[in-house]
Amino acid sequence: MEALLDPFIDNAFMFRALVAGVLVAIACAVIGTFVVLRGLAFIGDALAHGVLPGIAAAILLGLPGMLGAAVGAVVMIGGVTLVTNRSRLSSDTAIGLLFVAMLALGVVIVSASSAFQGDLLAILFGQILGTSAEQLVVMAIATVAVVTTAIAASRPFLLLSFDPEQADVAGFSSRRYHTLMMLLVALTVVVAFQTVGTLLVFGMLLAPAATGALLANRTSSMMIIGIVVGSASTYIGLLASYWYDVAASATIVLAAVGIFFAVLLLTNLRQPRQVNGRTDSETGETRP
Amino acid sequence: MTAIEAHDLAIGYRGEVVVSDIELTVPEGGSLALVGTNGSGKSTFIRALVGLAPPLSGSLRVLGDAPGKSPARLAYLSQFHESGYILPIRAIDVVRMARYASLGLFGRASAEDADLVDWAMEAMAVTDLRNKPIRDMSGGQRQRVYLANVLAHRADLIVLDEPTAGLDAAGRERYMDAFAGELQRGSALVTATHDIGEAVEYDQVLLLARRVVALGPGADVLNPDQLMETFGIVISDPHAEHVGRFTIAERTHGSPQTIDTRPPAE
Repeated sequence: MEALLDPFIDNAFMFRALVAGVLVAIACAVIGTFVVLRGLAFIGDALAHGVLPGIAAAILLGLPGMLGAAVGAVVMIGGVTLVTNRSRLSSDTAIGLLFVAMLALGVVIVSASSAFQGDLLAILFGQILGTSAEQLVVMAIATVAVVTTAIAASRPFLLLSFDPEQADVAGFSSRRYHTLMMLLVALTVVVAFQTVGTLLVFGMLLAPAATGALLANRTSSMMIIGIVVGSASTYIGLLASYWYDVAASATIVLAAVGIFFAVLLLTNLRQPRQVNGRTDSETGETRP
Repeated sequence: MTAIEAHDLAIGYRGEVVVSDIELTVPEGGSLALVGTNGSGKSTFIRALVGLAPPLSGSLRVLGDAPGKSPARLAYLSQFHESGYILPIRAIDVVRMARYASLGLFGRASAEDADLVDWAMEAMAVTDLRNKPIRDMSGGQRQRVYLANVLAHRADLIVLDEPTAGLDAAGRERYMDAFAGELQRGSALVTATHDIGEAVEYDQVLLLARRVVALGPGADVLNPDQLMETFGIVISDPHAEHVGRFTIAERTHGSPQTIDTRPPAE
């Protein structure tokens, strides 16, 4: 019992890491639910990596990394919107192009300077054990902002997940609320990269919400399950890192993905897989 | 007030005209059936009505305003729902979404909203499925839930794209009764359908084949010649008792495909 709680009671840095992880878990589960439901995993991934050049440039200029990440995220979203609107290419292509360009730019900036060796690892994998009290305050504010915005926009977000056209017809512009959703994903990435890192924030966006999708019958319960899974993963990851001296943020994400597969296995054992066939598509008219 | 007023209207996408020269008026409480093959312009017209495809030229007034300007007074059933298959959402949540246009972002759902939702689910006989996730439903059950969503709008204009797709005979009967009731209440109704037998019941029928083939009362418009022009090949049923009993051989992309437009025999 002591081995399970003492690390967090005796060490302030472990406690701060736990709080940071739970805050990330809350923001990621709420917005990750819509990322999973709307099939936006790729843009989530691209955002998580697309912030790299912004962070690298900010560090070079002696500015806060979070500011650089925010600029990177805005450039990413703006670029994807621009390419999608100005060409007939699918958003996948637009995201892929921006993704690879931003990642390459990040590597170019990093390689141009010798000051980055340790920092790059910190950007990619985070430094959750080094979370400061000030960082916690910023994260708490951002998490509250993400959650309250998502609750305020829950009706259009639900319509958007159900069918973007129904959102438009109901008077909620699908384009406007899609952009708002993207900005919330960006805000989550920007805030979470310092703890779990850009590479792994993506895992926290997907795995807990996806676990929720396996178990929930309502979007609200999907979010709550996501928060529980994300928080539990944080606890497991930190504890493993404390006792076995393994990388904390990577272990957190491994735990989250592990829980997803465990739940997948259990739900499949409990009920035989059902085929969800579309019976009503025969008369469907193809939309121009 | 008129529900729909179109003058010299051209509709399409990205500047490409699909149908032009549309002239029609649907009064309050009036009904209009859209009949045509796949790609004939039915869905384009419907999307123009609900504000998803702005008119290319001419004028289109919907509920006395530009299309898309009266979300709380309009209900729309599309053919596809993007993530209806993975979304963890129960039948009742889908029907409740119908009230969002009236409630806006923050409006609290009232007892009347709840009553409308219950009534709509009862009308489509999905009350027993209220807590069932739609991803676990059959295509027909899901379609009933979507139709209950349309009813729960309590709209002044209802626009349906292939509403009977996937419905069994009992479901079709429920649908017919419920939407006849909506017309009686005073709502206008526009339906895109392959079912000539259903279309003939409407006040007006618009036959489309990337142009307006004919517009008028079903009995005048739905004759073999016009249907021939719309669809390609028409076989009239010698045992048919009224004009609605046609079998249509559809000509889509050059390959004939037979569609029996009659409801399945019991």
